[in-house]
Amino acid sequence: MIETIAHIVKEHPFFAEMDAGFVALVSGCAKNARFEAGQFLFREGERADWFYLLRNGRAAIEIRDPARGAVTLQTLREGDVCGLSWLVPPYRWTYDARALERVCAIAVDGACLRRKSEADPRLGYEMMKRFMPPLLERLQAARMQMIDVYGAHG
Amino acid sequence: MADAFAAARAADPMIPRVARIAERRREIEDVVTLAIEGGAFDFAPGQFNMLTAFGVGEAAISVSGDPADGARLIHTIRAVGAVSRALAELRPGEPIGLRGPFGRGWPLLEAEGHDVVVVAGGLGLAPLRPALYRLLAEREKYGRVVLLFGARSPQDILFRDELEAWRGRLDLEVEATVDHARGGWRGNVGVVTTLIARASFDPARTLAMLCGPEIMMRFVANALHDMGVGEDRIYLSMERNMKCAIGWCGHCQFGPVFVCRDGPVFPYSQLRGLIAKKEI
Repeated sequence: MIETIAHIVKEHPFFAEMDAGFVALVSGCAKNARFEAGQFLFREGERADWFYLLRNGRAAIEIRDPARGAVTLQTLREGDVCGLSWLVPPYRWTYDARALERVCAIAVDGACLRRKSEADPRLGYEMMKRFMPPLLERLQAARMQMIDVYGAHG
Repeated sequence: MADAFAAARAADPMIPRVARIAERRREIEDVVTLAIEGGAFDFAPGQFNMLTAFGVGEAAISVSGDPADGARLIHTIRAVGAVSRALAELRPGEPIGLRGPFGRGWPLLEAEGHDVVVVAGGLGLAPLRPALYRLLAEREKYGRVVLLFGARSPQDILFRDELEAWRGRLDLEVEATVDHARGGWRGNVGVVTTLIARASFDPARTLAMLCGPEIMMRFVANALHDMGVGEDRIYLSMERNMKCAIGWCGHCQFGPVFVCRDGPVFPYSQLRGLIAKKEI
């Protein structure tokens, strides 16, 4: 059976229990995507026009440092959303996202979703409600990483 | 050789016995594991001993070995202060002072029939390792067993060989994550709390054992509680400045309890109001 994109979007944990009308609107902006190990989902500095809902595989959020090479800040896996910069101007990726193994994802056109959200603020609010928890979680995680809890006293 | 101090020791628990280092193993950069021989050892997982580096001082160190091995006492030590550095420098054949074991350990009896979630951060895996040995030795007594481990970087992962061996078991779920990594690392990067939501356990019938930096334990305990694990089924191993180890001196007083005598393992329900205080 070929799964429709709407079915895949509806089944993804990130959009769990979302209103069918919103699923249809999001699905209109979505397509399947696949990345082989080592391929980049996006690169720092590029326009953030897409975001990805991971279905299988793991991806690393990295920053390039001339002295240290690629430094991994976070790894993401099935069920996670990859890419938050499509939400806020200037819509540009701050980090690289690289597939650590084969990644199957739903790619969502952020520009398309922004237009639909402008036209229907209920959809925009729904997206904000769904994107705020991972945003907050990543902010808290970054703060924990910053204080280095496992330092000399860990 | 007759132990000339046995009678004195029986009368005074502050007098250490003298044992010998049998083996020294460097685990990671500033952490070593010492095996001590010199008698029959009995301890409960989660208990600690007072170890003396003669001429330097005494420090409380959790037992990190297998409780089924009564011939060797294993301690894993991070060299951070004068005493722990001196202990970590001891070589096979050298004497070491030993008092203990002390304190209340992990609630393995209460855990029977439950899913067990073990969350360790950094060196916190050491006091939990005896509990893991026991859980695995008596695996049929428990439901799902999950080990979640967080470390600063891939280079700081303790007991790496053992973790990898455990990861290969079908009756144990093991996930590790590090706070920072460079290119070659293919494992997880992120804080240990991110592993909790994905682990396979039933919060309603789970008992959790946590050991690591206090901030980490607080966040993990809250995350487990938010998922439905009762505060009285979340256990934390606390670390304080323990001196006498028997509740005499009060150095390790933590609110109304002495960590050495009443702990070091406590249910979160007992600590919740204390652990978030700035100073206590």
